Amino acid sequence: MNGLTHVLTQVLVALFQVAAVAVGGPLLLGLMRKVRSRLEGRAGAPIHQPLLDLRKLFAKQRMRPRDSSWVFGAGPVVLVATVVAVTAVSPLVSASPPLGQSSDFFAVVFVLLLGSVLLALSALDTGTAFGGMGSSRSMTIGALCEPALLVAILAMAIAARTSNLPALVRVGISHPAVIASPARILALASFLVVILAESGRLPVDNPSTHLELTMIHEAMVLEYSGADLGLIILGESMRLVFLLGLFVNLFVPWGVADRPGVLFVGLGLLALVAKVCAVGATIAVFEVFTAKLRLFRLPELLAGGFVLALLGALTAVVR
Amino acid sequence: MNEVYVVTVGLAGLIAAILGGALPLASRVGAAVALTWLSCGAGIAAAVSVLSSGHVISLSTTAILPLTGVTLVLNPLGALFVISISVVALASTLYWLGYASHGLDTRSASSALPLFVTSMLLVPFAASVATFLVLWEMMALTSLVLVLTDQSRREAARSAAQWYAVMTHAGAAAILLALILLSAHSGGQTFADIEAHARHLSGAVRGTIFVLALLGFGSKAGAVPLHVWLPKAHAEAPGPASALMSGAMVNLGIYGIILVGNELLGGGPVWWWLLVSLLGVVSALYGALYAATSSDLKRLLAYSTTDNMGLVLIALGASGLFGAVGRPTTAAIAMVAALLLLINHSVFKGALFLAAGAVQAATGTRDLDRLGGLMRRMPVTGVVFFVGALSVAALPPFNGFVGEWLLFQGLLHGLPTSNTSVVISVAVAVAALALTGGLTVAAFVKATGIGFLGRARSIEAAEAHEAAITMRLGAAALATLCLVLGLVPMLVLPAIERAAASAGRVSATSATGGWISLHLLGLRGVLAPSLLAGGLAIAVLVVIVIRRLTHRRSHAWPAVNPVEPWGSGRKLQTARMQYTATSFAEPLQRVFDDVIRPSRDLDVSHFVESRYYIERIAYHTSNDDVLERHFYRPFIASVRWWGQRARRLQNGSVHRYLAFGFVALVIVLVVVA
Repeated sequence: MNGLTHVLTQVLVALFQVAAVAVGGPLLLGLMRKVRSRLEGRAGAPIHQPLLDLRKLFAKQRMRPRDSSWVFGAGPVVLVATVVAVTAVSPLVSASPPLGQSSDFFAVVFVLLLGSVLLALSALDTGTAFGGMGSSRSMTIGALCEPALLVAILAMAIAARTSNLPALVRVGISHPAVIASPARILALASFLVVILAESGRLPVDNPSTHLELTMIHEAMVLEYSGADLGLIILGESMRLVFLLGLFVNLFVPWGVADRPGVLFVGLGLLALVAKVCAVGATIAVFEVFTAKLRLFRLPELLAGGFVLALLGALTAVVR
Repeated sequence: MNEVYVVTVGLAGLIAAILGGALPLASRVGAAVALTWLSCGAGIAAAVSVLSSGHVISLSTTAILPLTGVTLVLNPLGALFVISISVVALASTLYWLGYASHGLDTRSASSALPLFVTSMLLVPFAASVATFLVLWEMMALTSLVLVLTDQSRREAARSAAQWYAVMTHAGAAAILLALILLSAHSGGQTFADIEAHARHLSGAVRGTIFVLALLGFGSKAGAVPLHVWLPKAHAEAPGPASALMSGAMVNLGIYGIILVGNELLGGGPVWWWLLVSLLGVVSALYGALYAATSSDLKRLLAYSTTDNMGLVLIALGASGLFGAVGRPTTAAIAMVAALLLLINHSVFKGALFLAAGAVQAATGTRDLDRLGGLMRRMPVTGVVFFVGALSVAALPPFNGFVGEWLLFQGLLHGLPTSNTSVVISVAVAVAALALTGGLTVAAFVKATGIGFLGRARSIEAAEAHEAAITMRLGAAALATLCLVLGLVPMLVLPAIERAAASAGRVSATSATGGWISLHLLGLRGVLAPSLLAGGLAIAVLVVIVIRRLTHRRSHAWPAVNPVEPWGSGRKLQTARMQYTATSFAEPLQRVFDDVIRPSRDLDVSHFVESRYYIERIAYHTSNDDVLERHFYRPFIASVRWWGQRARRLQNGSVHRYLAFGFVALVIVLVVVA
């Protein structure tokens, strides 16, 4: 009986985290747009506008390019599924998520990569120049992000002697000195650069561009419509919230529910929302004052991220 | 009983080769395949018995090779290699049944292919210097015959065979030297004698032997800078032969390094393993970079083989380093990671090469810029390639991911350590691994996306037909194995651990667990690949159901409507407007311009009437191997130059030759006196 209740609570926590991220993703997009428009002197759409957009998109017809294959339809589904799968087992609201023992940072990163790869493949499946262009550029950026990201994880993992995500978060609660260590700070700085690049924010990609030739992410999803487009917007926004949630919990772990109980989980959610909103709003403010970098200047930015992570790893080793 | 298996491996292979050469066209491939299967089956039986019981099989006879005799011993390490080779060989020979009509049913090919498989199967059995070298050479020569299959139709095949022949023999010379040095210093030529004496050798001798072996075997494994033959030979070899070369033969290069470094010499100082790691880092990065920028499907796969062998060498080097600085647990994990990476590579690269061979057979080209849309024309081959691509990109739930995860864990838990050179080399290795991973993903998104998705870029691709049933079966079997090993790596882990333990100086168990999750012993690291995949599968199902349910007005219009894609207002879009492999790789090529140094040719011709109107633009870019261009070609040119000079000495006059003889004799006498 005890085992059954345990399993049930675990499933509930997983569902709760997924639901929070699924609702929070579009809302964060709305918030960031709101902050931007206010700073630019516009009123801006209401914060829940992306949710309304999603409802509209899901009611619309799906279209696909004539010569595409099953990959085109699979792309959005896998994108959302990968984010859902990693959200369920990661320490976002609770520091001991379901299957937390096997929630490994490397595994999470590679599962997310699966979603990006499928999306890049479906962009090529459209058989158009824009799809190929977006796919090629996003894969180039992805290839250059990877070293920074993995070395950043390594830097944090060496200090904690494990790459287990809940353990990485919990070590921050029990030993606050770990967070202030140069290894963790440098690694997280590099992680933030990667988050901005991977989720197509400025200065890497302009999420609100309308010019095909400057697009990266938008060029990839140009052919999607209806529920498929809705899934992509949902998946991308969920991924942003997931990555930011991971970032804040690694950086300021306080508030995360480190024991079971409805009260603690509720507090954990509140803390997560507050932290992610703060970081999201900061990014939005930053975006107002930043211009998009030229595509061929990006390697410099990402190499900078990589160097930060490598320094972090070296300081973790030397200590 | 076990000895019967060993004899069967050899005999069945020999008979297959004879029948393949002697039987008429209608039956020769079938007979050769059946007997090769028997040979592989016997190999697997012997290997399984060794791995499950832990007892070695040994057999020696003086009846075959005069003077030295043949010594065959199968230990757990060899058994693991026999299994990996057999699996690829079973799939490739099944595939051969369908592929034979594409020029692989000649007497020479039908005889060489079974002999190639058998000699590869027997190399891990070899337990004396003479036996090893004979089998090694047999493997090289039979594969050379297979590379030459298409030589009458393709000039490139002949040139590839030349490169291969020279490089493999240079490698064999290095191996020969290493083994001769070993047996000269230990007074016997069986590996058991050598192992007993090798630890009493001086450090300099041991170092020389190891470096020679590393060069020789490294060239077989395609390690940079000895890799130049590999992208040529693997690309030019016909379908099943390229799968065997890339999926099985390169493994033996790694086997040789473990054999000499860990087994015969019993491990060594830190600098050996730094050298191995360095070789691995350079190979991984170089291979990944060229795979990412290559637009020839099989050349891309071949460069990715170099890249993957680089990863294996990094793991092997890390294992040696950790062993040398007294970290046995992480040394064991890294060794297990190396062997797991190797097995995984065999499976997915076999699948990829078989799929690429099917594409070449169906369209007559390997040029990605002329392919496209094959996922609809060749659904099974397309899915096989797709699965292989995700595996090689180390994406869950496929097998490549587990190996890479294990390698990361090994490197991560090896730090911190007090030895600075180890720290730096591990940090560099992780950075290289990560960049390699990113480039590999880009390379295989390109290969799959440009080759199989979108619209056909040529008439041949538009009219391609799905491959024969046996070809599909052979390739699909390996693709299925990619998934199975990705979900349940525990199927092979016990065998790998036993092999790693027999490779010497590493403790037996490192990573264990039930059928579901993988625990690193004594360290905090858990991976549950099947749970991960299960979660993903449930999430995919839920999302599909949601997409269906939200589609409320399904009666009013079809769920998905096929339309013309958006062309910025232009009505008709042609397949030529798509991105090609070259354009896909252009940003990456530009980022790494200084390394690859591609040659670009832009030729703009204007109309005679006005310079403002352009008549035509020709753009040509080629990214030949930079090492080939800047090292091998000048070297060959200088050899040729000296050859030309030396020709002046020979003018056919007997008097001159007699004078040479006389002068030489005088010099010898002066020197001796």
